[in-house]
Formats: sequence, C-alpha cells, structure tokens
Amino acid sequence: MSEIVIHISELSKKYRGADSFALERLSLDIFRGEVFGLLGPNGAGKTTLISILCGLISPSYGSFTIQGFSYGTSAAQLKASIGIVPQDFALYPSLTAKENLLYFGAMYGLKGRALSTEVDQALESLGLAAHSGKRVQTFSGGMKRRVNLLAAVLHKPAVLFLDEPTVGVDVHSKKAILDYLQRLNESGTTIVYTSHHLMEAQEFCTRVGIIESGQLWRIGTPDSLISSVPGAKSLEDVFIDLTGKGFRDV
Amino acid sequence: MMSIRKEMLLLARDTGGIVILFVMPMILLLAVTMVQSGSFDSLLGSHMDVLLVDNDGGDIAKRIQDRFSDDDNLSLVTTLDGKPIDELAAKRLVHEGAYQLAIVLPRELSSDLNVHVKQNVDNILAEFDFSSDSTQKKPIAVAPKEIKLYFDPATQASFKTAVKMSIDKLVSNIESQTIYRMFQEELGEGADRHFQEQQFISFKEVDDADDTIQTIPTAAQHNVPAWALFAIFFIVVPLSINIVKEKSQGTMVRIRTSPTSYAHFLFGKTVSYVLISLIQFYLMLLVGVYVFPYMGLHPFQVGHYFFLLSLIALFSGLAAVGLGILIGTVASTQEQSAPLGATLTVVLAAVGGVWVPVFLMPTMMQKLAVLSPMNWALSAFYDVLLRQGGIMSIVPAILLLFSFFILTLFIAVTYDKKKKTI
Repeated sequence: MSEIVIHISELSKKYRGADSFALERLSLDIFRGEVFGLLGPNGAGKTTLISILCGLISPSYGSFTIQGFSYGTSAAQLKASIGIVPQDFALYPSLTAKENLLYFGAMYGLKGRALSTEVDQALESLGLAAHSGKRVQTFSGGMKRRVNLLAAVLHKPAVLFLDEPTVGVDVHSKKAILDYLQRLNESGTTIVYTSHHLMEAQEFCTRVGIIESGQLWRIGTPDSLISSVPGAKSLEDVFIDLTGKGFRDV
Repeated sequence: MMSIRKEMLLLARDTGGIVILFVMPMILLLAVTMVQSGSFDSLLGSHMDVLLVDNDGGDIAKRIQDRFSDDDNLSLVTTLDGKPIDELAAKRLVHEGAYQLAIVLPRELSSDLNVHVKQNVDNILAEFDFSSDSTQKKPIAVAPKEIKLYFDPATQASFKTAVKMSIDKLVSNIESQTIYRMFQEELGEGADRHFQEQQFISFKEVDDADDTIQTIPTAAQHNVPAWALFAIFFIVVPLSINIVKEKSQGTMVRIRTSPTSYAHFLFGKTVSYVLISLIQFYLMLLVGVYVFPYMGLHPFQVGHYFFLLSLIALFSGLAAVGLGILIGTVASTQEQSAPLGATLTVVLAAVGGVWVPVFLMPTMMQKLAVLSPMNWALSAFYDVLLRQGGIMSIVPAILLLFSFFILTLFIAVTYDKKKKTI
C-alpha cells in the first residue's frame, strides 16, 4: 500500500461571496487499495473536496492528481479512472435498470456486446437480474441504491468515490452493498467514502480522515484514532471529542 | 447514439410530454385555423344575408337587387314575416348581431336622382342650344340623398371598408348610367344613338407566382408554417425542464464526471430534439394537407417545396434547441425554466408575427420583430410558399437561425463553465 493514487496539495476553496474557506490548504495522500473514510460534520468540507476531485467544481488554490492525472492536462484519462456514487439516486426513473446502466456504461466508452454483458453481470452480482427490465421508479430505496452503485463501477474505475452509499437502505441491501464494495476493493479499486455512519466507517475503512472547517484534523487507521483519544471506544467517541457536541446545521 | 436513444426513451415514456409536443400543437393549429378561416370567409367567402330597407320603391332599389343577385355570397332580405322591413327594425336586428349589414335607401331616391340628372343635362344641352325649351323651366330644388349603412358593431373594419367601396361604386355606376340615359332621351334619338354603358377601364390582379402552383393566401397557408414554428419553439419548455431534471436528479453529475465531453451530451440533446421538431413539423404539414379539407378548411399546399420547407424547419429546430439548452443551463429549478421558456416562446411568437402579420404591427413592433428567430423562419416560409423563392432566398434566414443556435449554445457553455468556478 505504498503507491499514491490521490495526491492533494494545499487545496483550498472559497465560494464566491463566502466569508470563510470551505476547504483550506488541505493536503492528503491516498494510497492504492485503501478504503479511505472521509468523515466530518455537516458543512465540514467533505462534499466540496469530493466535488473538486470529481471535477464538478474548480479549486480556488492548490492542486491534486488522481492516478497521476490532473484535470488541466489529462481530464479524459482522469475521468476514466474514477467512478462516483452520489448520495442522490442519480438515475433516470422512467428507464429500466438495464437501460440506465447501458447509458452510463456507454458514457465511459463501453459499447456493444461487451457493455451488455458487463451490465448483465453487474445486475446479477447485486441481485437485480430479475428486475433488469423494470423501471427504476418502481424500485425500493435499497434497489435504487444498488443500481446507483453499479452505474459507477461498470467501467472498473481505479478510484471510486462514494457519498453516503448506504443511507436510507434496509439491512439486506446495506450488507449487499458493503460486501460488493469489499470485493471491489479486494480486486484493487481504491475507495474514498463519506458517511455519517461512524460504526460502518469504523468497520469498513482501512484509514479515515476527519475534516472540520475545511481542514484535515486527524488522519489514521480507525484503531489508531480511537487509541489516540483517552477513553474513546469507537470512532464516534473520537468524532465527538474532536468536533464537539453542538448541532451543525448548515 | 446512446444519448439519442436515451432521450427518445425518456420522451416515449412521458405521456404528458408527448401530448405537449405533438398533440397540443395540432389541436392549436386546427382550432386557430378554423377560427381565422371563419373570420376570413366572412369577408370573402361565406354566404351572408343583407337587409335592404327600400323607402324608395323605384328603379335604384331594383338595380341594387340585380347587382346583389349576381353575387353568390350575398342575399338581399327585403321582407320579414311577409312585411317590408323598416329602418328601425333593420337597425335593431343589425345591432343585435342577427345581420351584419343593413342598407337603407331614402325616399324618392330614384325620382330625385332622375330630376337632378335631367336638370343638369338640360342645362348642358341648353348651352349648346340642342333644346330650345329647357332653359325656360324653373329649376326644382333637389336635396342630396344619403344611403345609410348599418353595420353589426362586431364587424371587422376591413369588411366595412370593402362593403362601403362596393356600394359607392354601385351608386356611381347608377348615377353615370342615369346621365347617359338622360342624354339619350334629351337628344331624342332613342336606340339609334346608343351609349356604351359598360365600364371602359377595369383592373386585373396579376399574380407573378409560378403558374404550376396555385398559391392562395388562405388561413391555412399562414397558419401551418406559423403554428408549426410555434410548436417547434415550444420544445424550449420540455428541453429546458429535461436539463434542469438532469441537474436535480443527479444524472448530470454522472455525465459531468464521465470522460464523455459536455459537447457530446449537448449533441445528443440537440439531435434528439431537432428530430422531434422535424416530426412536429411533418405532423403539422400532414394535418394541413389531409385533415384541413375534412374540417371544411382550405388544404395546405406544399407544392414542390417540401425540401426547402424541411430545411427551414430543421434550422428553426436548431434555434429552438439552442434556446432550450440556454434556459435549461441557466435555470436552477423547473419552476424557473417552465414559465421562462413558455413566456419567452409566446413573446417571440407574438413579436415574430405568428399571430398578427408583422406589416399590421405598429412601427416599433415591426422593428422588434426582426429580433425574433420565429420571424426569420416565418419570413423564409413565406418566401418559399407565397413568393416561390428558391434556396438562395432562404439562405439569409437559415444563417440567422444557425447563428442564433451557435450563440445560445456558446452562452450556455460559457455560463456553465463559469458556474464551475463558483
């Protein structure tokens, strides 16, 4: 686990009209094969960081590379090497699960029989084969989450960004999703994951970073972070200790 | 290709969208054409009963009746329930809208006209000494006569003008014929000295149109291209909603993070919606050509201009798509994009001459009309349909429409890039 996949250097973001930085001089390296948990209260800067890394917004200062690629010089290669699972169901409700996946797969250059086979296998792997011809709008929340995940991994990205991938799903879907992510990770995919489920992060992540006020406050394995706070028994204790008990309404 | 397929699938599964895009414009076209055609025909085509109040009882009333009997579209009504109509009743019936027009002839119109003309003829002949006794008679005072016309208050001004001109011409003819007849009688040589009473100078409307196609400026010839354009530009609404939906439901995030360029995404939308606009256009043509006759309307005449009409529709579609993409890009919610798109389309249609021909607009609006892409397209349609223009006649319009597409797309892409740097 020595090869750097994501290299972030002094990354800052100040939104137009805002008084403070959403992200302030954040530097971070994420290594190949990691499951990196990006944790923090609401408004801490997690979504801003993910949005910048995915090319959705531009940073104010600083730089980063993913797989050695940057948006300035090799945007297409960078984009081809990442996948993103948004918190929203980023799917077309009136299209079937298969039609959605065929479209998103094609956006990554997959085509023809190879695409169709890939889609069928993906649907099968998350227990959706029997529902491939049904419109997404008829699916349960858990089924939508699974399709949402599959749409991001058809092209086998080197890095997968997940924003709250298990929010609002039943236990069975949650387990299926986490198992699937585990298998992806074992096959070499680096995962960057944000969640408010700290227990889930504690079990799932190999390393976590806690962001607050746009800055990286702590970084380490879940165990090392827990042991760094006296009396802490879980990541939740570490999190409360670092960020306080007050509400974070943004 | 997959983008186009996706757009088509999304549309095919949106029943409301299909109704808005394809069914509503056809209903609108039929309704508007029927309404306008009725109004048009009230001027030129349909049958109309006209009340005649004959207080004269002389020759002039008979000649007016003869003149009206030659016209298949007008019938004179001189009695109601077997009784002659008086002026009060005629006025009331026209005011109530039961009739559009009443003509009231004054008393002694024929006899006084004869007296008036005879005195004038006698005076002229006396100066030449053709009649020795004429100058010895004392002239009788004859008051000028008025033929009253009562119009339905709802009658169009153009119809009034046409009727007034027609009656004025009829009265002038009667007067001149009376003068000729009086000269004949005074000269005392009866049928031997025959005056030509026929009108010597007439006019003929010459149409410089291609003889191979009969172009009649009917409601159909105006409405089919005009409302097809309105329908084409109305795709601004579903297209902008479609783009806003992509943003709100998160699919735009996937598209923006994929290696496929944003231009490819826009290309997919453009091709899909231009195809839709062409389908709309052909459906409108089909309605004009095949459905109009069944509704008692003049059929739309495509002639041999199908290709040129399609070309104008294609570039109009591009202009509409550009505008739709721009609104979809700028708007954050459907609540913004739908009313903005609909209002803008209606304004561009109104200013562009879809409802009221540009030449009838006030000067200020005529100047504004040239800013509307619908006006460019409509002018191109008229160039082809009414002036039989070739491809060169529509090149300026399609260049303008294409420039509009490029400009709107450029603004949309620039805005989108700028938004990324918030």
